[in-house]
Amino acid sequence: MAGLDLLSDQGYRVDGRRAGELRKIQARMGVFAQADGSAYIEQGNTKALAVVYGPHEIRGSRARALPDRALVNCQYSSATFSTGERKRRPHGDRKSCEMGLQLRQTFEAAILTQLHPRSQIDIYVQVLQADGGTYAACVNAATLAVLDAGIPMRDFVCACSAGFVDGTALADLSHVEEAAGGPQLALALLPASGQIALLEMDARLHEDHLERVLEAAARAARDVHTLLDHVVRQHVCEASLLLGD
Amino acid sequence: MKETPLSNCERRFLLRAIEEKKRLDGRQTYDYRNIKISFGTDYGCCIVELGKTRQSDLLVKLNRLLERCLRNSKCIDTESLCVVAGEKVWQIRVDLHLLNHDGNIIDAASIAAIVALCHFRRPDVSVQGDEVTLYTPEERDPVPLSIHHMPICVSFAFFQQGTYLLVDPNEREERVMDGLLVIAMNKHREICTIQSSGGIMLLKDQVLRCSKIAGVKVAEITELIQKALENDQKVRKEGGKFGFAESIANQRITAFKMEKAPVDTSDVGEKAEEIIAEAEPPSEVSVSNPVLWTPGTAQIGEGIENSWGDLEDSEKEDEDEGGSDEAIILDNVKMDTGVDISNIGSQDAPIVLSDSEEEEMIILEPDKSPKKIRTQTIGVKQEKAASKKPMKKRKKKRAVN
Repeated sequence: MAGLDLLSDQGYRVDGRRAGELRKIQARMGVFAQADGSAYIEQGNTKALAVVYGPHEIRGSRARALPDRALVNCQYSSATFSTGERKRRPHGDRKSCEMGLQLRQTFEAAILTQLHPRSQIDIYVQVLQADGGTYAACVNAATLAVLDAGIPMRDFVCACSAGFVDGTALADLSHVEEAAGGPQLALALLPASGQIALLEMDARLHEDHLERVLEAAARAARDVHTLLDHVVRQHVCEASLLLGD
Repeated sequence: MKETPLSNCERRFLLRAIEEKKRLDGRQTYDYRNIKISFGTDYGCCIVELGKTRQSDLLVKLNRLLERCLRNSKCIDTESLCVVAGEKVWQIRVDLHLLNHDGNIIDAASIAAIVALCHFRRPDVSVQGDEVTLYTPEERDPVPLSIHHMPICVSFAFFQQGTYLLVDPNEREERVMDGLLVIAMNKHREICTIQSSGGIMLLKDQVLRCSKIAGVKVAEITELIQKALENDQKVRKEGGKFGFAESIANQRITAFKMEKAPVDTSDVGEKAEEIIAEAEPPSEVSVSNPVLWTPGTAQIGEGIENSWGDLEDSEKEDEDEGGSDEAIILDNVKMDTGVDISNIGSQDAPIVLSDSEEEEMIILEPDKSPKKIRTQTIGVKQEKAASKKPMKKRKKKRAVN
């Protein structure tokens, strides 16, 4: 398709990044006072907000309570103004349900649910602006929010998307690169052990290239981890200063 | 309808079996169940049987996965479906009906969908300037869809936090699995979709290994599909009978029919011998001989101490020889038993003193004391079995003198 060259001859992408380069990430924890934990993250132009309530008693039917661990409940919602064209249904449509399920699955594996039996942890994620890599931004925001709420986790959960163009693996796709229709991989990783919490890929990719793309995504996720770690430490420093320690 | 929960025993059994690389139906780790593909009379209908898969409600997930697999991978050439640019276009819809769920509906559904798409023929249409003519199947042969490639999903089930993996889990295995990894590939070894679900932690090399296995499986399945399609086409051309009714004809009663699982029993004898040889010998069981007090009243062994307290007519419960084998002195036997019941020595088979018609009747001389037998072979068991018979006939307390 003529037009946009996703990867130029000199190795620059549409927005001037290199193949394995991430977009600028800025994050803040503790943005809401009312919630137990909250966080806001900006990955390039993708902006996501996550709010965590819990652990608290199970709302609704008691029968759903698990006797040995906590229930993790995730809801994903993308604002109507988040995409180029106004979205009709912010939540409740199939894609949002699927995202919610995936987030839940990711965090059920990462949170130490055995420490809070018969209780529930709610994670609500809201996407304010979607410019590619929405799943990754949601996961990163949710990790920070869960940490802000003080809920114990095995490790950070860092996510990043990756693609494949012209024999090169690209990390952290923007909307333009996603819309081009090439293969896209979304990966959520626990950096310390290298375990993959969630792996999802669309569109055709030859098996031989799979390893390279996985590698690129894993490396990018580790870079995200460094950044998130820095954010958490800074937040703790500020908080302890305020407390006068 | 809520499904019955899986019991802990069953769960443990399945997990243990998987650890020992055994599956319930005798398959190997990477084996698929038999796939049977049959076509309907109309173009575009097909039934896929993978084991026996039944109805269930994981449909949202399945739906999204198939959508992504078939739509995003562009397996159908959508441009060829255009009739008049900007005005008329063909719309293709795939309806999947799950008839039976015996595990791994994702694979079965993906195979069914892609085979149905390959099998389907749409009416031919011709455009002359502004005029669009649609030909019925009688006027012109219907035209197949142009399909670039056939993406097929392969499911991997993980157990014990990713230590063991199985291909094509059946329903039982699905219930104990930790998580599922679905890889959709086509025969050119291009991955169309990967999705991990269920909250398992994977490692990168596990994913790569699974993709290699998936490549092999997909090649086999694609071959099978091609053969089935060719067969069907041949049958239609030759004017033979085709359709669902034909393919199901030879099974008369289909409910509760299970295929024989190929289980290897060649070394069962040896294995059994080994187990018996290594096992500890059964503990010594002292067997008393049956004592027949009166016709119809027999006693085997002695009961344990009566714990009901002082009762006037305490009845000694005659117990099986399996019960207390130690020295039992019955203190609270209220009967004046002239018989000294003690445990000494060994004795042979029960003494039959009369040859009455009823073989179960055994008459013993009252003064003989039942002795315990210390042999410990299988013979004991047989004796036990034999001596059980008089027990059945026993009445309550026998009058002893």
